[in-house]
This record gives sequence, C-alpha cells and structure tokens, in this order.
Amino acid sequence: MLLRYILRRILIMIPTLLVTSALIFTVMELPPSDYFETYVAEMAAQGEKADTSRIEFLKREYGFDRPPIERYFYWIANFVQGDFGYSFEYEMPVRDVVGDRLALTILVSFCTILMTWIVAFPIGIYSATHQYSWADYGLTFIGLLGIAVPHFLLALIFMYFANVWFGLSIGGLMDPVYLNQPMSWEKAQSILAHLWIPVLIIGAGGTGSMVRAIRANLLDELQKQYYVTAKAKGLPPFRALTKYPLRMSLNFFISHIGDVLPAIVSGSELTAVVLSLQTTGPLLLRALQSQDMYLAGSFLLFLSCLTVVGVLISDIALAFLDPRIRLQGGSTK
Amino acid sequence: MEQPGPADVLRIENLRISFTLHGQPNEVVKGVSLRVPAGRTVALVGESGSGKTVISQAVMGLLPRNGFITQGQILFADPAKAGKVIDLASLDRDGRKMRKLRGGRIGMIFQEPMSSLSPVHTIGNQIEEALQLHRPHPRREARAVTERMLDLVGFRDPHRSYDQYSFELSGGLRQRAMLAMALICRPALLIADEPTTALDVTIQAQVLKLMKDLQQEIGMAILLITHDLGVVANMADEVVVAYRGQIMEAGTAEDIFRRPQHPYLKALLKASPDFDMKPGERLVALREIAPVLPRDFARGADEAPARVTDLVRPAAPPVLLSVRNLRKTYGAKKGAGVVAVDDVSFDVLRGQCLGLVGESGSGKSTVGHMIMRSRSADSGSIIVNDPAGPIDVRALEGAALRAFRPRMQMIFQDPVSSLSPRMTVLDIIREPMIIQGAGTDAEQKRRAVELMECVGLDPRFLSRYPHSFSGGQRQRIGIARAIALNPELIICDEPVSALDVSVQAQVLNLLKDLQASLGLTYLFVSHNLAVVHYMAARIAVMARGRLVEIGPRDAIFERAAHPYTQALLKAVPLPDLDRRLDFATCVPSASMSDPANWPESFRGGAPGQLAMVDLGGGHRVLADPACTLRDLTAA
Repeated sequence: MLLRYILRRILIMIPTLLVTSALIFTVMELPPSDYFETYVAEMAAQGEKADTSRIEFLKREYGFDRPPIERYFYWIANFVQGDFGYSFEYEMPVRDVVGDRLALTILVSFCTILMTWIVAFPIGIYSATHQYSWADYGLTFIGLLGIAVPHFLLALIFMYFANVWFGLSIGGLMDPVYLNQPMSWEKAQSILAHLWIPVLIIGAGGTGSMVRAIRANLLDELQKQYYVTAKAKGLPPFRALTKYPLRMSLNFFISHIGDVLPAIVSGSELTAVVLSLQTTGPLLLRALQSQDMYLAGSFLLFLSCLTVVGVLISDIALAFLDPRIRLQGGSTK
Repeated sequence: MEQPGPADVLRIENLRISFTLHGQPNEVVKGVSLRVPAGRTVALVGESGSGKTVISQAVMGLLPRNGFITQGQILFADPAKAGKVIDLASLDRDGRKMRKLRGGRIGMIFQEPMSSLSPVHTIGNQIEEALQLHRPHPRREARAVTERMLDLVGFRDPHRSYDQYSFELSGGLRQRAMLAMALICRPALLIADEPTTALDVTIQAQVLKLMKDLQQEIGMAILLITHDLGVVANMADEVVVAYRGQIMEAGTAEDIFRRPQHPYLKALLKASPDFDMKPGERLVALREIAPVLPRDFARGADEAPARVTDLVRPAAPPVLLSVRNLRKTYGAKKGAGVVAVDDVSFDVLRGQCLGLVGESGSGKSTVGHMIMRSRSADSGSIIVNDPAGPIDVRALEGAALRAFRPRMQMIFQDPVSSLSPRMTVLDIIREPMIIQGAGTDAEQKRRAVELMECVGLDPRFLSRYPHSFSGGQRQRIGIARAIALNPELIICDEPVSALDVSVQAQVLNLLKDLQASLGLTYLFVSHNLAVVHYMAARIAVMARGRLVEIGPRDAIFERAAHPYTQALLKAVPLPDLDRRLDFATCVPSASMSDPANWPESFRGGAPGQLAMVDLGGGHRVLADPACTLRDLTAA
C-alpha cells in the first residue's frame, strides 16, 4: 500500500518536471535577444570588439542556429545525463561554476534552518501555551519585527554598526586571504567565525514566521477535544501537550520540509549580495541579468527537481507519521 | 429529608463559577448544590447555556483557562479510601493530587467520540496510557488488561482492535473505546457529558445498556449530563434540573417525572414530542412565537377554499413529487463503490409531510440532495406533477432548471454554517429573490419584511448579522429564506437536530403553521422518530440505502412490519418512567441496520429478489414477495 503510493508519486514527478522545464525554457527564450547579442552590445558600448569567430563557434556548438524545440530537447537530454550545459559568462561548464559555491550555500542554509527550528519551536510552544500573556505579546512583537524587516536591510544595519563600533568588516564567509584556497583547518575556522552573522540575518525572518505558524497551529490543536481527553486521563500537562497537540501540529511542519530543500540551495539572494557571500544566490541573479541561459536554466530546473523531491519526502514522512493518510489514502484534514 | 442510602461520592456545595470575558467576570454557575450517591446514576439535565457542562469541567479540574471557581466546595469522598473527603475546588487544577484523581478515581467521557480520541494513536495506546498512569503494569500485562477492558465494553476482537485507529471504528465503537479508557482504572465516579447525543438511536440504546452493565460490574457512580429527557428517564435514579446556572429542581426520577413542581421543568416535559401525541395535538414551546401570515402568501386564490375542505374531502390529494428507482453510488470508478441509495421509490402528496427516517449513513440526506439536484443521481426518475403536466427533474438543464428551482427549497441542519456570517439578514433572505430576479428592489425589501413577520421575527432585525441571533432564531431565518420564493416543496434536512428541546418545539410548530397556511409540502428528513411522528403524516424508513418500509404514521408506529423499523422504534428512549427501554430485548447485540441480521423473509438471497410488499392502506414493506402477508406481519 505504502510502496504503491510512493511509486505512484514518483511517476507523477516525471510529467511535473517536464512541464516545469518547458516553462523555464520558454521564459529563458522569451527575451528578444540572447546572451551573445547582449555580450556584443556590451562590448561595443565599451568600445571593444567581441571575438566573433568564438561567438560563432559557441552558437553552433550549442545549437543557437537551430529551432528552440530542438534545443530544448538537447538541453533536457544532456541535463538528465548530468551535463548541465556551458556558462558563457564564466566560460566553463555550469557544473563547475555552481559546484564551488554549492557546498558553502548548503552550509549557510543548513545552519540557518537549524537555527530557525531550534529557536522557533520552544518560542512557538511557549507562546501557544501562554496565549495573551505579556511574554506572548513580547515574543510576537519581536517575531513580527523579524518578518517585517527585509533581510538585506538587516544585513546593512549589521555591517554598519559592526564597522562603526568594532571596526569589523563582517562581509564574506571567510577571511579574504582564504579565498580560492584549498580547504584547511584555518580556513574552516575562519568560515565558522564568519558564519553566524549571515545565519542570524537570513534566519530572522524565517524564525519569526515559523514561530507564528507553530503558535497558530498549536493553538488550533489545543482547542481539540482529544487534548481535554488526555488531561482527563490525568496526564501531566507537558506530556499531554507533547504527545497529542504537538504531534498533530507537526503535520503542518513536515509538509513544509518540501519547501526547505530548494531553499537550502538557492539561499537568500539579496542578503548574499549585500554581505558578498560566495553562495549560489548571487550567481543565479547575475546569470538571469546577463541571460547566461544554460547557467540560469539549469539552476532553475535543479531547484524545481529539489522542490518536487522535497514534496515527495514530506509526503512520505507524513504518511509514516499520520495513520489517516497511510490507511485512508488521503488526508482528512 | 434524605433517606439513609449509600454515602455520597460527590457533593457539590453552593458552587459558583465565573468566566472572565473581556476582563469582566461573568457568572455562569450561580450557587449550585447537588450530590451523587455511590453506585447510583444522577442526571444533570439542562439546555445549552444551563451551565451543566461547566459544572462537570469544574469537578474534573478541566475548566477553560478563563473560568474560575469563585465560591463553594466540590467534595469527593472516595469509597476506596474509606470515604476520606477531598475538596476538589481547592486543589491546583493541574497539580499532582488532582491528576491522580482525574482518570484514576474519576473518569469522563464526552459527546463527540470522533474528536475525543486522537486520530494518530491507536486506541489501545490511548486506553493503556490511562492504566499506566494510575496503575502501572509491566508492558505485556498492561496489554492484556487493556484487551480485557476492550472485551468488557463489547469489542468483538479485542486483540485486533487494540491496534486500530479511531477513524477505523464506527461512532458506537469509538464511544465504547472512550468508556474503556474512562473505566480501565475502575473509578468511583464516571462523568458522562452527553455520551449518546451524537449516536444513532439503536447505538444509543446499546451504549446506555453498556453503561448500566458496567455500573453493575464496576460499581461506579455516574453523573450523567444530558438534555435528553428520554435518556434521563431510562438511566437516572436521581435528577437535577439546571437552568441558567441554577438548580431549578432536584429529586428522584419518580418525583421529577410524576410530580414536576417547577414551571420550567413542566414546560420542558411538555415541549418534547413523544409517540403518544394525537394527530392535531400541539407541542407547547417554552417561548411561543406569533407568526403573522399575510393574505397574499397563500398559494392561488382558487386553491385556498379547497384546503379548508381538505379535512372532510375523502379523496386523496394529488401526488406532487414522485420518486422512482433512485440510485446513487459513490466512488464507483473502480467498481467497488459504496451504494448510498439503492432503488428508492416513494410519492409525496401535495400539502402532505413525508417523514424520511434512517440512521447516519442510511442515504436519507442523499435522497434529499438528489431531489434538489445538488447531487446527481445515477439512475431513476424524479417527477414533479404540475397542473401543466409532469416535470422530469433529472432532465432539467440550464434555463429550465433555473426557472424550476424556486419551486423546491431546502432547510438545513446546522443553523450556524448555513447562514453566511458576512451577510445581513436582509441580504440572506433577499438572495434567492435576487438570483431569480423576482420583483424590484423595493418589492424584495417589502417581501423580506413580510417573511420576517411570517417566521415571528421582528423586521427591525433585518439589518443585523446572523451572529447576533440564537440557534432557533437563525433556523427561522433559514426558513424565511426557504419560503422567500413561494416554493411548493421544502426539503427539511434534520432542521431541529441542532436545537434545544424548547426551541425545537417552537421551530416545529412554525413549520406546521407554515405548512397549513401556505399549502406547503414537506419532505422531512430526520433521525429523530419522535419529531417525525409529530410532523409527518406518512413515514418512510431507510436502512443501508434502501427504503425498507413506508406507510401512514399510525401503521408505522403501531404495526411496523420490518425488523429494522421495529428495532428502531424499540430503541427510542421515551421521557416516561412507565415505558422504560427494556435493555434486555431492545438492544440487539449486532447492528440492526445490517441486513445480515434480518430474518430470512426480509433478507433476500439473490439480488432483486426483494420487493415492496403491500400490506394495505398504503403500508408497504421491503420483503421477499414469496412470503405471505401473515408471515410478514407476524414477524
């Protein structure tokens, strides 16, 4: 039963991803110009001459002289085999461009998500069980601040005060001397020392909204009759809380794991730009600006894959956790 | 004047409870005193808002956070501890002492067996939890004790049921699981808050019997909280009547039912319908309303005089609605669909009320929805006889359907969710007229005023929103909306199930008055036999999607032929001490809605073997046509 469910879900992923990739490709094709025209124009504007023979070569190599449909299937076929195309801007394969930054991105995002959970869960539970207390109002206010203040603004404020008060430059993910150096003990230390600031800044908003969500969900569950039943049995308050309402409110939380996977990779673009982090966010932004279509397209498609896989993982986890989904083949909620 | 009897397990002395609302204390329990003797059943009776549930919450230490005991004592004397008295009102609500009693010495079950159990834990896990909290056992032994308890409350296969989830069980079994959980520690007191209100009548009888049996077995006292006087008459040794946070009357069941003193109690007894009512006898509502019926409301001037002679005219009125071989299957995609309605045929005569009775899942509501065309039937025919010729309702489409819609309207069960909270009463009542483009703006408003008077509401309330009305008033707004377009047929889908007894009488009387003055025809869908008895001239009984019996009211109530109808009638608890349920015979061990438990002649071997057999006088029953009349009526 469960196995068939998983199999069916995986099969459904294939058409979903095909439609997504077609959409991504269409959007990439929509602008009237392509990377090469933008590049030539940029060069001309700077009074230089572009290397036309090289451009001609690249155009032929990547089939820009052929119809879009053909190019689409060429791209997809290669993507499936692990060849994500060629970044014209960086003049190297997309895989190499992204690869370097991916590890750092995952590190930053993973720490951010972990911090979000560790901070948000106790606060959310406390707020829900002490609804309308002063502490609840206070925590809610701080959480709303976290949601309302844009990350990049927070980053700028941090940078300003760090510089004015401590004379520190907090940009980057490591001391500049370690850039492009192989990984070493000192480099790792430097990364860890720099890590907490982006984690704090990027995590602020997420923590705020997570607290709101946990509080709201738990408050709903606390009204439910089965919680009264649990208390009527004589369960100590904390155990009654964790075994019944908290467990039920986890459903919401798990169904959000699906959104987390792509977020791990895409990072927080604007903040990363402001803090000049060597993550993938700024890369994607730049690729979209310069119409570096294989870089941007492959990256977006990669994100879509992660989204679909994330949703699958959360659905399977839900099926394991909630017998209603497992045994009835559908949520009753 | 107390007779020497068993010691009291619970004594509540002058209890006062307040709720803080917007910073203002609001007293909801105003000096209540009552007692529950050991091993006896005391019923706490009252309507919604009487404070009866709040009292039970206070005993359990489960008051909502904004509720406080401001005065009084709740004395609990545990017979197992030689009657040592503890004042529950003085204990910390979630403190260790209170928690030890809660679930251990005092058990509680609730109205909604679905939501009272966690859907993500097995019932075994939840029941065993109570055991382990108060009487720790080694793991394997605990499971054995739990399974024995499941067996005691009537689970057929306790070992398998231990690992089942609540959503895999029927409502009756869920309530049995709740009972097992409340009683596994063998408490001295069981508090049952409307334990059978959400259950079907045959299941209700089973659960009530089970509670009595367990009381014999375990010897606990029961504080039974209910609004149903029928349940009270069948269960209680002593009765306490609460009204708006005060005790109106208390005494033995004998005193309460035979010699009611307080006007409120007398009124309550008169307001509940029972099977003794003569045709034409009226219920007495606690607060009567005075509907004002304008003259031009009556259907066609030529018909009006004819109605007056209805009573003396021997000829039966013409058939208005004719349903034939209606069938509906859900989830039929893979062939394993559930047959919700199977080969249902009946006629509704013009100006008459046909009662459609059945338990939950019998398909009675689906029939109503299919006639309304809000759900599509798989096969069969729905014909409305018009003077201009018969109309095939199922074949209507587009503009024709739209033009036909005003002739049939519906009144819904839930008066809260059936009115949009964002529309004023005027908008709600006008909406059907706006959709049908009936009349100008001014005419529609005038009509809305008339309709309000018609249902006994002050037209000045038209600009208010539904939330400022009580349940009964809301239901009357729903009725006003239903008659706004002057329909011929109204389908009432459990219109009074969500209402208190006193309000129920008011709404039923209103429906009767409207039927008489407007010449309405009703299809009255309900699970409550007493209500159907009051409203309907003819009654149809459904079980498992099939119509099993149909006939005039007296034939159904006095000469019911089908075993299911008989079981249904026998299981209704009446508020009459002389006709208590005979738990030994009225409670079938198995579900009587399951055809497998019917006698041979009603079961039918091959599909299509059963047919409606005429017993005379329009009384027909689903049976094997090969059986003689005598066979069927003797059963």
